[in-house]
Amino acid sequence: MSTLSRDEVAKLAGLARIEMTEAEMVDLSSQFGTILDAVARVQELDLIGVKATSHPQPLENIARPDVVQPSLTPDEALSGAPAQEEQRFRVPQILGEE
Amino acid sequence: MIYKNATEMAAALAAKEISSVELTQSHLNRIGAVDGDVKAFLHVDTEGALAQAAAVDADRAAGKALSPLAGVPLALKDVLAQKGVPTTAGSKILQGWKPPYDSTVVSKLKNAGVVILGKTNMDEFAMGSSTENSGYGPTFNPWDLTRTPGGSSGGSAAAVSAFEAPLAIGSDTGGSIRQPAALTGIVGVRPTYGAVSRYGLIAYSSSLDQAGPFGRTVLDTAMLHEIIAGYDPHDATSINASVPSVVAAAKNGDVKGMKIGVIKQLQGEGYQKGVQTRFTESLDLLASLGAEIVEVDCPSFEFALAAYYLIAPSECSSNLARFDAMRYGLRTGDEGGASAEAVMASTRDAGFGREVKRRIILGTYALSSGYYDAYYGSAQKIRTLIIQDYAKAFTQADVLVSPTAPTTAYKIGEKVDDPMAMYLGDVATIPVNLAGICGMSLPAGLAEEDNLPVGFQIMAPAMQDQRLYQAGAALEAALSSKWGGTLITKAPALAGGAR
Repeated sequence: MSTLSRDEVAKLAGLARIEMTEAEMVDLSSQFGTILDAVARVQELDLIGVKATSHPQPLENIARPDVVQPSLTPDEALSGAPAQEEQRFRVPQILGEE
Repeated sequence: MIYKNATEMAAALAAKEISSVELTQSHLNRIGAVDGDVKAFLHVDTEGALAQAAAVDADRAAGKALSPLAGVPLALKDVLAQKGVPTTAGSKILQGWKPPYDSTVVSKLKNAGVVILGKTNMDEFAMGSSTENSGYGPTFNPWDLTRTPGGSSGGSAAAVSAFEAPLAIGSDTGGSIRQPAALTGIVGVRPTYGAVSRYGLIAYSSSLDQAGPFGRTVLDTAMLHEIIAGYDPHDATSINASVPSVVAAAKNGDVKGMKIGVIKQLQGEGYQKGVQTRFTESLDLLASLGAEIVEVDCPSFEFALAAYYLIAPSECSSNLARFDAMRYGLRTGDEGGASAEAVMASTRDAGFGREVKRRIILGTYALSSGYYDAYYGSAQKIRTLIIQDYAKAFTQADVLVSPTAPTTAYKIGEKVDDPMAMYLGDVATIPVNLAGICGMSLPAGLAEEDNLPVGFQIMAPAMQDQRLYQAGAALEAALSSKWGGTLITKAPALAGGAR
């Protein structure tokens, strides 16, 4: 039986930038055992020598010619912004006070 | 008129027996009468739909050449961006957001004159199999309002099943078109990966996501498929090839001499008795029409569910990083000099629901160093084995078949606290997504024990989508002549509706 402790959930939530209540972390931790047991089945097979598939198609980078194309106006681009100032997205502080 | 098929509506429009404005208004009236019970729609765009319908009527009066479905209404899953119309993907984090652009699917629908009635409910960011994970409350199955319509495209499926729209668009990452189609007694197709552009489709798991059509008949579904499919330079994974002739195939349903492979691993234990009975009955019918039924072995499918529930959460944990409260969507906790990181964390807590958080945490775990090889790495290798199983099976059969879902529609709330039980409902649909091929669900009748619809799944190789329609149309014709009409005409009347 796999487990994921409350503290491990807290660490993962921090990495994923999701604030969580104590109750939520305990709840998630209690459900994770069953889910991890189920997904751990991928380790039952001998996979030595099997190639990994990340995508159903053989992907290649595609570059378009570097020419100016129609795009959103500044007003359109900012239309969903939670806050804006002088045609820019206004964001909370990203550096410390000092 | 709302009880007709889309093809019949299109013919009536072309013959000027009815205008698109009248047809659209009838559907808006139906939505007004029954959607309080069904709750298929998150947003009904009355004004936009009527304006679009009036434009089609004007073009028709002016004698302009119109596409076959011009003037026919449709319900759009809320996962697709539509310019100026609220688009939430069922999440509180996008409440009130109006995209400044159209997704390619929406552009194609508009160019074809298809009238968009509104945006339909879904599991938040398409994560779920019952539409109960929507941030705006569940959708109810028109066959029995105490049950779920399946998911994640449950709103779209319910809208078509409740005659609120003859056609709908959904998206299918692990079965999210086929499973709700099965549970609501209609037809749903997940096209080949890359056949329909993902530009403007809000991403859940990019290597698995694919938009596709719902209809009440195989032909209606094919007509819509042909409109939305095709190469799009805006999507780097879009396939640059001509669209398979699905409409022609749907008009020429025929399985004579066709080899139909029954996947050994997708039946038997875990499948409801009534589901299995209807599946076997359909197989017998196909055999009587001249198909050769063979059994195929896909041993890796046993591990498909486990691989999916690592790959999809891993990709979603990365895709959903874009919801950072900075450029659009919800922002909470931006006070008292809070840092950007604190605002981000507060917003993501307030905006994401329980299942979305669960999958982001699971994905973050599966991708973290020390666990990556054992989980995500192994899952990617299983994916290779599943592709190989399909490749081998398609040398033995032209199409493969299984029940679409192991059970009929379950009760609202029944599995909501047991995520693993919910995930098991995707066991038969997930392999198609992992391999990037195409699949259809069509109605196979009602299960004896509960009188609820059962879905029959057909699968075909990548870019051979026409095979789904060729086989599906043959089975549909045989079943309809047995029932005296399509299954949906046997659906119970809804209170407040005309039937």
